[in-house]
Amino acid sequence: MNWNSWSEFFHMGGYALYVWGSYAVTAILIAGEILLLKSHRQKALTLARLTVKYSKVKDDESAA
Amino acid sequence: MSITQTVFVLLQRELMLAMRRRGDVLTVLFFFVIVASLFPLGVGPDPKLLRLMGGGVVWVAALLAAMLSLGRMFASDYADGTLEQLVLTPTPPVVWITGKIVAHWLVSGVPLILMAPVLGVQFGLSGDALAVLVFSLLLGTPVLSLIGAIGAALTLGLRGGGVLVSLLVLPLYIPVLIFGAGAVDGAMSGLGSEAHLSLLGGILILAFMLTPWAVSAALRISIE
Amino acid sequence: MTNRLNLYKYSSPATFYALAGKMIPWFYGAAALLCIVGLYISFFLAPTDFQQSDAYRIIFIHVPASWMSMFIYIVMAVWAALGLAFNTRLSFMMASALAPTGAMLTFVSLWTGALWGKPTWGAWWVWDARLTSELILFFLYLGFMALQAAIDDPRRADRAGALIALVGVVNVPIIYFSVRWWNTLHQGASVSMTKAPSMAAIMLEGMLVMALAVWMYAIAASLSRVRSIILERERNSQWVAQLLETEI
Repeated sequence: MNWNSWSEFFHMGGYALYVWGSYAVTAILIAGEILLLKSHRQKALTLARLTVKYSKVKDDESAA
Repeated sequence: MSITQTVFVLLQRELMLAMRRRGDVLTVLFFFVIVASLFPLGVGPDPKLLRLMGGGVVWVAALLAAMLSLGRMFASDYADGTLEQLVLTPTPPVVWITGKIVAHWLVSGVPLILMAPVLGVQFGLSGDALAVLVFSLLLGTPVLSLIGAIGAALTLGLRGGGVLVSLLVLPLYIPVLIFGAGAVDGAMSGLGSEAHLSLLGGILILAFMLTPWAVSAALRISIE
Repeated sequence: MTNRLNLYKYSSPATFYALAGKMIPWFYGAAALLCIVGLYISFFLAPTDFQQSDAYRIIFIHVPASWMSMFIYIVMAVWAALGLAFNTRLSFMMASALAPTGAMLTFVSLWTGALWGKPTWGAWWVWDARLTSELILFFLYLGFMALQAAIDDPRRADRAGALIALVGVVNVPIIYFSVRWWNTLHQGASVSMTKAPSMAAIMLEGMLVMALAVWMYAIAASLSRVRSIILERERNSQWVAQLLETEI
């Protein structure tokens, strides 16, 4: 174990800003990417549903 | 028509078209001069500083000027259908593409080489450094045309073309910049520029052999 | 004959969509697990460095992100080459799916590199060979994504992107070499982020575990992205119509 207490851990030998700045930004970017992936999927599904609804893809759809 | 004849005819055509649009050529040249002149205005007239920066600044300005001129390489031929006709000719595409690139270099690269000593003197470069500057540009500007042709071919007819080409092509230009400016630096510091210039020469040979194929592939992708 | 057909089955977007869907949770799971182990090593097992104190712990993200950003670009180029060679839509889609994740990791590498450089060498940005090459790699990723975004025709976008990715990958060693050259000429042998503090084995292990974690995450993220791309591109096909009836 390197740390005698939680406050020492957060302090990171005085370099808290740099260390936590790095880890925090990385975590935020990864979380951001996952959220973007979710929204991308939602948009793709919506687009596909609309396409199916308004096109001739389904056999029983009678298009103009 | 033999291959050499084809290339000769092509070159003639390109040069003739360029002469009709002299304005284009001159704008690129003036851009080169203006950009190079911006740096002293930005960092101050200290001659020592300027002499240190000179090689790099002239090279960066040459890079930007070369990039500006790329739009002209294929765009007008693409617009009026000549490009498709060229693709359909029996001449292997690599041949006429190389011809086009050589023509582009003659029109856009050589003026830069000729203007460079003037700019170099503005930055206080002298003797050896000036000679190396010119020689490095002589080796480097064809590479800029060759690599730039790939970017120009890929972005044919796209909106936002100019800026997009820059984003694509500038990272690829960086080694040329490093060795070109480094050569001038080497001449000034006395460490010698043979290594830089040889590497530049190597890059030129490599680019000359490989890029026309990439350009040909890019044109096929863009035209179909 | 049937053996060959079996492999090619997965080059069909429909079958790959299903396969990827099953694999994604496993990769996210592996990433999370490895990340926990890696972070534990980084913070609790690796000792405080004598010279750099605890600031050095940034390398446990910086180095894995750098490695993966370069690795992903190469994988992207491989998919691009496969697409151009075999004309398979899915290969191009995989290349497009990898790019944003690769770009994000490149940014992480640059950001963490800056935050490591400041306490260690006193400057937010050091023009050392590795960081500068990472910056150029970032531009290569952005160029790829910008080019694909600018082209409306999906087929042309696929192939143009593939070509620029291949041109880029050929240039990466040249760029790296020239930047190394440039760096040693101008700075001498001073700062170098490639020379990590005298590597205790445990530090290397931490970096490797984190690198694996990032790798698993990158696979999960790009598989997820490619599924959305497949849905968008294949939305006119029968299998998508049928899928939508059952999909949430």
